[in-house]
Amino acid sequence: MEKTALVEQLKAQIIEALLLEDLTPNDIDPAAPLFVEGLGLDSIDALELILLLEKHYGIRVEDPKERREILQSINTMADYILKHETEV
Amino acid sequence: MNDCQLPTEDCLLITGVGIISALGRSVKETLDALRKQQSGLSPVTILDTKLKHIPAGEVKYSDEELLDQLGISTGRDAYTRTALLGLAAAEEAMRMSQSGGDKKRISLVSSTTTGGMRFHEKNAREIFSGTIDRKYISLLDCADAAQQIAQRFGITENITTVSTACSSSANAIIVGARMIKNGLADKVLVGGTDALTRFALNGFNSLEILSPDGCRPFDARRNGVSLGEGAAYLVLESAATARPERILCRLSGYANTNEAYHQTASSPGGEGAAHSIRQALASAGLRPEDIDYINAHGTGTQINDLSEGRAIETVFGHHIPPVSSTKGYTGHTLAAAGAAEAVISILALQHSMLFPNLRFTAPMPELSFTPQTTLEENAPLRHVLSNSFGFGGSNASLIFSRP
Amino acid sequence: MMPAYIISTGLISPQRTFENDFSCDADTGGAPILTAVEPDYRGLLHPVQLRRSSRILKLGIGAAQRCIHNAGGRQPDAIIVGTGLACVNDLETFMKSIEESGEQGLSAIPFINSSHNTVAAQVARTLQIQTYNNTHCHRGASFENALLDTLMLLQEEEYKHVLVGGIDEFSMHYYRLLEEKPVAGEGAGFFLLSDTPPGNNSVKISAVKTFYRPPEDFIARFLEEQQLPAHQLDAVVLGINGLPADDAVYRRQIDTFFPPHALLAAYKHLCGEYRTAGAFALALATHALWAGAFPAPSVLRPGASGKLQKVLLYNHYQNCNHSLVVLEGG
Repeated sequence: MEKTALVEQLKAQIIEALLLEDLTPNDIDPAAPLFVEGLGLDSIDALELILLLEKHYGIRVEDPKERREILQSINTMADYILKHETEV
Repeated sequence: MNDCQLPTEDCLLITGVGIISALGRSVKETLDALRKQQSGLSPVTILDTKLKHIPAGEVKYSDEELLDQLGISTGRDAYTRTALLGLAAAEEAMRMSQSGGDKKRISLVSSTTTGGMRFHEKNAREIFSGTIDRKYISLLDCADAAQQIAQRFGITENITTVSTACSSSANAIIVGARMIKNGLADKVLVGGTDALTRFALNGFNSLEILSPDGCRPFDARRNGVSLGEGAAYLVLESAATARPERILCRLSGYANTNEAYHQTASSPGGEGAAHSIRQALASAGLRPEDIDYINAHGTGTQINDLSEGRAIETVFGHHIPPVSSTKGYTGHTLAAAGAAEAVISILALQHSMLFPNLRFTAPMPELSFTPQTTLEENAPLRHVLSNSFGFGGSNASLIFSRP
Repeated sequence: MMPAYIISTGLISPQRTFENDFSCDADTGGAPILTAVEPDYRGLLHPVQLRRSSRILKLGIGAAQRCIHNAGGRQPDAIIVGTGLACVNDLETFMKSIEESGEQGLSAIPFINSSHNTVAAQVARTLQIQTYNNTHCHRGASFENALLDTLMLLQEEEYKHVLVGGIDEFSMHYYRLLEEKPVAGEGAGFFLLSDTPPGNNSVKISAVKTFYRPPEDFIARFLEEQQLPAHQLDAVVLGINGLPADDAVYRRQIDTFFPPHALLAAYKHLCGEYRTAGAFALALATHALWAGAFPAPSVLRPGASGKLQKVLLYNHYQNCNHSLVVLEGG
């Protein structure tokens, strides 16, 4: 999948998983930090995002350090998914 | 302030205790296992779950065996495992505090988090499809276990069930204490009961805080909670009615506070826990240096042990008394934990013993202290602090003292 | 024990009570299930909170915020909640997901929300109250036990104001399992109680007691304990719910213990039957004492004198949990 399309898909999936009903995909900046600033997500949301990667993309990330790097922003999530796809 | 050399009206006395857990089904079996430093954690064999490989503190009796031990023939009635565990512990506590034929006004403050969930899981298909026999519906909520206990001991007034997650039974003890203080009852049976459930196992698993190989509280390599099941009850009495020969110890201080910080996590600096410990000390009229042993909440999660450890450092400074978490023995018995650890704290006081923290390997770099790792049999203890912290920032601290 | 004074109420119910309108004349059209009239929660809940909150949390925080607002913003020294089934819908969601998923890949949110103390904890978080916080989950006596806890706390120096609530949301899951179905309801009622009277026309709770399968004469014994002769009662508020077996219990007590001149009121046709319906009853009676009269839709039998000062609330759940609350006007 192309990155722009993947980013849009991720936005929709995040809105659904994190119950961000008041937001539309256009409200979310894919480069903005997901946690604390930006969307203001917390550790419970992080678990939901890890679950999202597993459910929709078949990726299981265990290492906490790696998780933090992947979940910085929607862009970093998309990059990781694309990298994972090419490796597989 | 609240020093009961001579029992006064304000004194809250404990005249009976009862416990069932992975360590055994009596106070005696519990003490024996603690003395032998025997962990009750093992793979799950009785609960039907896909998470059997994760060690837990399971009571190794089936529901049928528990019924048999209690001398209950079910007939048309059904009992939840939560109620059976509760009945076993309550029975022992009531027997110990037995006061013959005297008529005392008795109340009951029980607690549970899982209530009838185990029963719900076992009968999920019938319940979700609506084909379950309607007489079983009353078994599903939190009140059932307390009402079974009330029924057994003929208790009819001011019966309640507290549910504040992992601090439930510590808070039940506090409510019972106030009932005595306000003269609402002469005697209050207080405690909690929880059966192991797929619900709790999967819940903690979804939060990624279940230890795959057994909890190691206050260890640098700690990797989560081990769940357990069980029940523990205490009999609280006022000095006016307690028979002197039945007095085990005093409940000298208590506190219930809230972090108002996060849905599940405690504040990393331990401010909430420190607030709870300080308030319990103040209510007992004690100073930090009066505490001779801390039975910590010590679940073995990254966040709890750091937060609780920092709270202990804040309150006790450079004079930190021996600290251990006994969850490595029993597992985390959720609502029952506060009362189970109250019973263990009382055993420590009665027998002048310090129970070591199991599976400790490496000190936490963030903390200045390490937990007690050896069994002490001649520790003269005057006052013991027991902490219980739960989801929703619900903190409770209890102080037990020699009579 | 010393009495507790009611400073304010905040009630979300099937009536328009959120706006402090206790006329109780909402047209429920004989519906078998009465659902709460919910306010707009924006402004009552923090956006992040609103996002992950299930309905019961919104009801609870909304009613608690309203109660504090009605008390002129006075903050409580403790928060106590009674809830029969707590976050039952989240609990059911998580249970179902365990069954359906084969115990893997579960979202933690319904698990976290299903903890029975979620409402009390989130109210504390919203108001930033770091003191006493407790939750009673004892079927039909949950709210009354929370009230008792509140009264005990108010006897102590440190606790001047306590926020206490009774809350339950409708659960289709449980409703389907009921053998006999009364009109089902739901609601969230919060009260700010104080150890000192707020001024003129104050209403106080002078006694609370809960019972489990008590002896037949428990009301007479309770009134004796309280040194409150039955003939002094101006009104009795009953939990009549329309089920013959349940209502027969009230009828027996009416015939035996309650004075013939007292006003009789009922409320479950207005709010439905639920485990903490006692919170609706307390709000109804409090506003009646403030206003000097019960709203017409709640009156079963008018009082002989029109005097309204001492009120007894009597509720039972399936003839198993019984509770008595004595309320007195200024």
